Amino acid sequence: MSGSSSPIWETDETVALKLHKPKEEMERIIVTDVGSTTTKARLFQKVKGEWRYVVSGEAPTTVEAPYENVIMGVQNAVREIEELTGHNFLSDDGTIVKPGQGDLGVDFYCTTSSAGGGLQMMVAGVIKTMTAESANRAALGAGAIVMDAIAVDDGRPDYEKIERIRSLRPDMILLAGGTDGGTTKLVMEIAEIIAASDPKARLGVDYELPLVFAGNTAVRPQIKRLMEQKFALSIVDNIRPILEEEDTEPARMAIHELFMEHVMSHAPGYLQLMEWTDLDILPTPAGEGMAMQLIAKVERKNVLGVGLGGATTNVYSIFDGRFVRSVSANLGMSYSISNVLREAGTENIIRWIPFDLDKAELVDMLRNKMIRPTTIPHAMESLVVEHAVAREALRLGLQHHKTIATRLKGAKLARRMVGEMMEYRLKSTYIDMMKIGIISGTGGLLSHAPRRAQSLLVLTDAFLPEGVTKLYQDSVFMMPHLGVLSTAFPDIAWNIFDKDCLVRLGTVIAPKGVAEMGEKALNVEMDMPDGRTYENELPFGEIVRVSLGERETAKAILTPEGDLDVGAGPEKPLQTTIEGGVVGVVIDTRGRPLTLPADKEEKRMTLLRWFRSLDLYPKARMTEWEK
Amino acid sequence: MTNETTEQASAKKAYAYTPGLKVKKAIEVSRTRILPIPGEVLVKENEEVDFETNVARAEVPGVPTLLRVSEVLNIAPDVVPAFMVKGVGDSVEEGDIVAQYTPFWGLIKRFAKAPIKGVIEAISDQTGQVVIREPPIPVDITAYISGKVVEILPERGVVIETPSTFIQGIFGIGGERHGELSVVVESNKDALTADDIKPEHKGKILVGGSLVTLEAYKKAEELGVNGVIVGGIKGADLKEILGYEIGVAITGHESVNTTLVVTEGFGQMNMSLRTFALLKDFDGFDAAVNGATQIRAGVIRPEIIIPQRKFALGSGAESLDQGMIPGTPVRIIREPYFGRIGTVASLPVQLQKVDTESDVRVLEVVLEEGNVVVPRANVEIIEE
Repeated sequence: MSGSSSPIWETDETVALKLHKPKEEMERIIVTDVGSTTTKARLFQKVKGEWRYVVSGEAPTTVEAPYENVIMGVQNAVREIEELTGHNFLSDDGTIVKPGQGDLGVDFYCTTSSAGGGLQMMVAGVIKTMTAESANRAALGAGAIVMDAIAVDDGRPDYEKIERIRSLRPDMILLAGGTDGGTTKLVMEIAEIIAASDPKARLGVDYELPLVFAGNTAVRPQIKRLMEQKFALSIVDNIRPILEEEDTEPARMAIHELFMEHVMSHAPGYLQLMEWTDLDILPTPAGEGMAMQLIAKVERKNVLGVGLGGATTNVYSIFDGRFVRSVSANLGMSYSISNVLREAGTENIIRWIPFDLDKAELVDMLRNKMIRPTTIPHAMESLVVEHAVAREALRLGLQHHKTIATRLKGAKLARRMVGEMMEYRLKSTYIDMMKIGIISGTGGLLSHAPRRAQSLLVLTDAFLPEGVTKLYQDSVFMMPHLGVLSTAFPDIAWNIFDKDCLVRLGTVIAPKGVAEMGEKALNVEMDMPDGRTYENELPFGEIVRVSLGERETAKAILTPEGDLDVGAGPEKPLQTTIEGGVVGVVIDTRGRPLTLPADKEEKRMTLLRWFRSLDLYPKARMTEWEK
Repeated sequence: MTNETTEQASAKKAYAYTPGLKVKKAIEVSRTRILPIPGEVLVKENEEVDFETNVARAEVPGVPTLLRVSEVLNIAPDVVPAFMVKGVGDSVEEGDIVAQYTPFWGLIKRFAKAPIKGVIEAISDQTGQVVIREPPIPVDITAYISGKVVEILPERGVVIETPSTFIQGIFGIGGERHGELSVVVESNKDALTADDIKPEHKGKILVGGSLVTLEAYKKAEELGVNGVIVGGIKGADLKEILGYEIGVAITGHESVNTTLVVTEGFGQMNMSLRTFALLKDFDGFDAAVNGATQIRAGVIRPEIIIPQRKFALGSGAESLDQGMIPGTPVRIIREPYFGRIGTVASLPVQLQKVDTESDVRVLEVVLEEGNVVVPRANVEIIEE
């Protein structure tokens, strides 16, 4: 990838002012992510003129008692890098040395943070499905966890709203409501409810709670009078100036500014961290979201990204240029694993397990993982169970995402036919899996999967990609790091991303639609890089793997049968170029939607057939499970 | 560095193990008791306090109620102030007239009455709403443990210290309670059943062995038992007790009468011998228990505190955060050896492939039937 002259990068002129030496002379960058449990430092360095990831250092986060100083965790993580590289980055008094001189110090430092539960917000608007929904999207896009969305028409009586607001201890409030020139009374009604409830800030009753007003510009003076004494008020452009338009950017920027000024500055040790960092501290999911946007920007494709964590699942979509993030705060693989069970149901998890497992046993297994979240699967069966849970967590995460990634409600449906309008109402999300070009995953379960095919199938079964979709995951957890770095140096961030972070799992070819089991479904013809032609006529209900390496491509003609569609329309052939990966090309004719056999035994055998075909688990174990 | 080598570098970082749960015969326990908002501290430094002593008090602002005066009187919001009978700061009783509209020489009479007792806080000419706030709600904070007040945090609370026997559980439900410890089973392997629980156990903290049955817990609640300490509980029974599935382990606020502290995990699991023996030693002593569990950043584990004024502390209060060395007693906390207790035999430096095919950092544990190799992440130190 070329340098900053590449046209896809926008240059942030203000960054130049923050540089300790000219960009071309910079040699080393450290980026940290102060996570809720672990602080992760990554060292990036210029190697033979090219920016690369070098090494990681990790240490427990020290935001809680007895340390209550986040700096200690950062220092410990950086010290680990010092030990691994033999270079010194910290001065005698423990400060990061900048700019670098020889073996000492770094030239740039920045960080993301989700310590202490990240940024927790309450949002409010007039109409639940309009301005409150826009406020929700803006807060999520800024990397927040939305604790509640209050609206005039949310179905709760005033006293219930008040009770709820009083019980929440948010870090910040985003208040929207009314289009410009629209309702003023209803905006003031919701504002008065918030003012009367007098919510307190999570990090202490002694400081002013930040409130961003992004509603009808006509009520700004009244909002100022009502809120100025009680809140750290910030007024920005209306999030819905007209019903047909949503502009979350000013609210997002205000949230990030207030996050630094009012939230981070009250967290223990952050004042010092703010002095160290050369860029504003971003919430971790905001960094991760920026990394996903980087992929979409470079590859010029619609991207669906997911961060499957221990506590939460973040789903990001960049669809036709629109970026949306959703967070399922209680869907995760360790702390929240029992919640996946609760939301998905035991049956939905068990359906992905190819051996006999008692329901009660599964429940106790997952509960024990919840209370001892740092344990890792030791027995192969435990790994399979975790993969089953992951499929469901991801499926539910995407389901939730689709409720956020929706068309603007209330916008006039100009020039639409009745039929179109019906369809519009039925499909309120605009996420169309056929138009998603890349699915990108991050998170411990994916990156620690002993076989890459396991993470590919987990992502495939959960998201059910349609047509031709590339699947990526990260090798080392550094998407938040690269995301924050990309705000200053997108070219550097992408180079590291491309070379050291992204693992190209491969491409999934999956026709949309269903057919009879065993019926002719898809003909695949691929010109392989070694000159061979791969040709296969696949029946419905199968999944096969074709070897095609990372950065290799093959020209392909995909011809679906009957009602099946790979992107060109039912029965229409699609000519395209397929990219390979560490797993290769996976041809999946199991159908969209994917239905597993109802009969327990038949389902178990079907799963094993698919798993065998992808060489998912050791052969001997799969033979044992078959008995 | 290529992806392959970065993976290796990352794997080297995978060094982690669950910090051990504390099981200490003698330790100085300190608890900070904080008001939710500033208020008044009711005790003095060096004062001896008991479990139920109120140590601080605050008044939380009362709940506001919105009265939609413009709607009730059927007038425009901007004229509401002109029709108010009461002003900002005025006290009102429930049913008092707050605003009235009597046009046409009183031929039409409309009144807006206070729905609650409180004080008028705001009158809006934008929405026509009036805010009436209920009287403040007093909040008292108790000492929770018996001990000495060692620090006063002005307007906020106190720090109380006491030499104690201190045991952490792995999971619990229910909040702070105290009572006399009563060991009602013979061994750490016995389940606590309904037959073991008698009316005389009212107000006590019962110690069982490997399990509390659903019937036993229900009977304990019925008879007013303050707490139950056991090795395990079945996941399905917990759902039955609470009426819902626990999704994330953040507990302590359940509306149950009996606080539950589970020391080992879900399913029938023998209480660790050391924990059981320690609880047996203090049969008949007063103890404080709290089921509050939070397994996120700032881990909170359920606890049993048995204040012991007679302990001379010294060697008992040592720090055990030194990590594992050969000989350290550990508990395996994941299948296939879940719940087994042994000692560390060795800590190999090299990553090893386990059954899942992952290369992980491992340790060798001596069990009764021989040595086994398990991931380091899957053991916890038993702190003695």
